[in-house]
Amino acid sequence: MSADANDGISRRGFLAISAATLGGVMLAPGIRLIEIAGARAPATGVSKQVRWGLLIDTNKCTPGCDDCVKACATENGLKDTGHPRTDPQWIRKVELKDMRTGRASSVPVMCQHCEHPPCVDVCPTGASFKRADGIVLVDRHICIGCRYCIMACPYKARSIVFEAITDQNPDVPRGNGCAEGCTLCVHRVDRDEQPACVEACTKAGHNAMTFGDLNDPQSEIAQRVAKYASTQIRADLKLNPGVRYQGL
Amino acid sequence: MKRKGIGALISQIARAICLLALLLPVLAFASDRVPKPVIDIDKAGKCVEDTATMRREHPDMLKHQRDSTMHEGIRTTKYSLKACVACHASKTSGSVLGEKGFCQSCHAYASVTIDCFRCHSSKPKRTSGVTP
Repeated sequence: MSADANDGISRRGFLAISAATLGGVMLAPGIRLIEIAGARAPATGVSKQVRWGLLIDTNKCTPGCDDCVKACATENGLKDTGHPRTDPQWIRKVELKDMRTGRASSVPVMCQHCEHPPCVDVCPTGASFKRADGIVLVDRHICIGCRYCIMACPYKARSIVFEAITDQNPDVPRGNGCAEGCTLCVHRVDRDEQPACVEACTKAGHNAMTFGDLNDPQSEIAQRVAKYASTQIRADLKLNPGVRYQGL
Repeated sequence: MKRKGIGALISQIARAICLLALLLPVLAFASDRVPKPVIDIDKAGKCVEDTATMRREHPDMLKHQRDSTMHEGIRTTKYSLKACVACHASKTSGSVLGEKGFCQSCHAYASVTIDCFRCHSSKPKRTSGVTP
């Protein structure tokens, strides 16, 4: 099996090298080259050859640490309105404990960016959608605030904004009356950066989160999911989330 | 003879009234009797298209750009709302809204509601290191 995978990589590498030697202008191999580099020209749309994913190592995620939650709030302008029960929540820390063994683990849970997202199935207007590269988003221009997606999501990843918002981050428009959830920091991903939570986790030295293209065999995340056992939450629902957990 | 004279007089008056009615809007504009929007334009000169095109077609440009950005991740800046705000925000208030703001002054004048800024920021991105 692993020999097959290696063959695949070398074949791909060979294609890239041959394309480079041929001048790199040829269209089909050229696309492959771009794929490997992970970069996308600003005027071209997202490709379905990419599948963005997140791997969370629960062994490295310490209970009580909320660096990722804080980074998310800062990046996306989620402010405390004084009503914690109704404040939008894009990412939360969930503490788990196996009652038989006493093993405790703490995991960040956000939108799992499913391949078959139930929030998209139930949306009556088409506002809830999945981008070609696997990021599940809400188009607020179309959202009517019906909250079906909030009901449909098995991960409780969607929220509705109850109060008028001012002073948004220009990259993250948010407004009253729309459903919203983790965007995998799509505005950062589009300029080849990591999501804010991943960056904060790495910066703090926890290294519990890995972000990358699951479809690219060269990427760190693809190599890690190939090497270590990882699970999806509620895998029984067969939604194939892009967020995976290691050591859960 | 007398009747004819009165008829001519009436038609002359009618003609004068018609002419005045036609000229009124022009005269009114010329004499500044009609209020015009007061806009703070800090950056004069050419926008991404010429002024007439921008005035007529900016909603379509924004709508087209918004769909390609949202659904396809195309973040070119030519017709993006963020780029509009970055260039047109007032130097004094730092915003495109407000009484003399670039967007709001004209929209208020034309009585067209402007929904963009219920979600989008009306101010350009703060440069790093500066806290409000």
